[in-house]
Amino acid sequence: MLELSHVHKVYRVGAFGGGRKRAVRDVGLTVRPGEVVSLIGESGSGKSTLGKMVLGLTRPTSGRITFEGTDISTIRGFRAEKEYHRRVQGVFQDPFSCFNPIFKAERVLTMIRTSYFPEVSDADWRDRVVSSLRTVRLDPDNVLDKYPHQLSGGQLQRLLIARALLLDIRMLVADEVISMLDASTRIDVLNLLADLKERGLGILFVTHDLSLGTYVSDTTVILHKGAVAEMGPTRKVFDDPRHPYSRRLLSCVPQLHRSWAEVDAELAAREPEPVRLPTLVEGEDSAPMVEVGEGHFVGADQG
Amino acid sequence: MSLHVNDLKVHYRTLRGDVHAIDGVTFSLEDGEIMGLVGESGCGKSTLGKSLIRLDSQMRHVGGTVELDGRGVPIADDDAMVPLRYHEVSLIPQYAMSALNPIRRIGRMIDELLRARGVRPADKADELRRRLELVGLEPDVLRRFPIELSGGMKQRVVMVLSTLLDPSLLIADEVTSALDVSTQRSVAESLVEFRDRGYVRSMVFVTHDVSLVYQIADTIMVMYAGHVAEKGPADSIVSEPRHPYTQMLLSALPEVGSTSGERLQGIPGTPPGLLDPPTGCRFRARCPMAFDKCAERPPLVETAPGHWSACWKTGGE
Repeated sequence: MLELSHVHKVYRVGAFGGGRKRAVRDVGLTVRPGEVVSLIGESGSGKSTLGKMVLGLTRPTSGRITFEGTDISTIRGFRAEKEYHRRVQGVFQDPFSCFNPIFKAERVLTMIRTSYFPEVSDADWRDRVVSSLRTVRLDPDNVLDKYPHQLSGGQLQRLLIARALLLDIRMLVADEVISMLDASTRIDVLNLLADLKERGLGILFVTHDLSLGTYVSDTTVILHKGAVAEMGPTRKVFDDPRHPYSRRLLSCVPQLHRSWAEVDAELAAREPEPVRLPTLVEGEDSAPMVEVGEGHFVGADQG
Repeated sequence: MSLHVNDLKVHYRTLRGDVHAIDGVTFSLEDGEIMGLVGESGCGKSTLGKSLIRLDSQMRHVGGTVELDGRGVPIADDDAMVPLRYHEVSLIPQYAMSALNPIRRIGRMIDELLRARGVRPADKADELRRRLELVGLEPDVLRRFPIELSGGMKQRVVMVLSTLLDPSLLIADEVTSALDVSTQRSVAESLVEFRDRGYVRSMVFVTHDVSLVYQIADTIMVMYAGHVAEKGPADSIVSEPRHPYTQMLLSALPEVGSTSGERLQGIPGTPPGLLDPPTGCRFRARCPMAFDKCAERPPLVETAPGHWSACWKTGGE
């Protein structure tokens, strides 16, 4: 459904844009319908830049992003972009800053109607709103006439997802959607993503938190300095990490019931068969990958 | 007994009335104890940490006492607290990364801070260098501006700075929340190292991340809506929590590697507003085990040695 191949992004930095900062290096991945792909990385790894490129908020420097067969860089103009956003939507980290504070929730949803569905009748629209709110497990009577400050972070985040669902989307980019939420409500939003996945949506789940990344996802992509360090089925990546960077990352995640020392000992005891990591060629942009198992790839070690 | 807090009540003054942010909190800290203070946003954990060192203008001390090393801590009296701050009680603030003065070189800033507390910087210069080395920083950082350091480096500078006078109590408020996982681990481990070397006698580590606190703390205290729900040794809180809130909170945490496909459950409902808090147990409305008696506030009782829980179902008898 969504396919990225050899995507690069180089930002211009500095006062006059003279400097260059490579944010994404030669990334290729696919998201199929009904699949959740987790993009995991530390700050500055390029994970959010990838999400933005998929949403068309920024263009890749080179490489192709195709959605259902169309190269998204060919989508130009207001109408075409609107058509694209009917199918692909994003939800971001901070639900509190995504809403206009003087608009009630109902008005936020009505704006979708005026710009995308002017032909839908009142009753029909009302049904759609109620059903999408029910999907995200919000009570319509309780939420619709409230202002954003009267709702909790979890409710606002679910409202944003409900808003995206009104558009009959096929692909959702969820960028750190749960980082701002409390532990007790976090899991509800994650479960909601799992429900959407069952309805056949493709989800690109961007996060820095490895424990949340494993919960819903089918495929895990670990990014390091803009390039893919390790990529494969979630189970394989977490049970048998082959790249030194992903092993180090896993050893640092605080876990309940297991102390860091225990995790270190365990990782050391299960030293995997050494992989000949590909190397980056000086002066070239590509980031080669090596297949170590079925669908399980590792990239170059960047220290 | 290093720190003893008895029935502490701190409220926030707002236009609409008092917010009961801390409503009768009792606990004590042994010498050398690292206590993890966990809870959701708005449960009063940061307020508790702050009120042990400085009440800001909206915070009002309503009742209760704090004792440190056998002496009373006059938390309501801002002037009387001055000699204690930094010498006896010290704080690593939330967002410590932005706590450094951006227009001072770090060394000069530390000197000014020491002088303001009546300490000659020259007396501490060697110790400062030793401790920077301990957390893996070159003495060179003293000549740099904060903007030249990475987030993890700034966090470590603040850690060294806050503990330079060997305080009896250190309050670490969400110190690792803004850091990447690998830096988070090294910062957390340095804090334990500081305790082991006796730079700080005891520590309150405020965080929302239970799995992080489990890595470094000796005991964990769980707060809910201004009350203490449970306090006990880290191992037993994590492996056999007594309070229903702790149980539900822990069961809602996904773990690395658990991709068995089974769904976890969140806690339905939201915490009560603290402007006009409900009587009795504050978790009552969300608790599946609630019964009539929960209309009365459950006392914090010791259910096992060192393990305290405030629930009629677990500690009643």
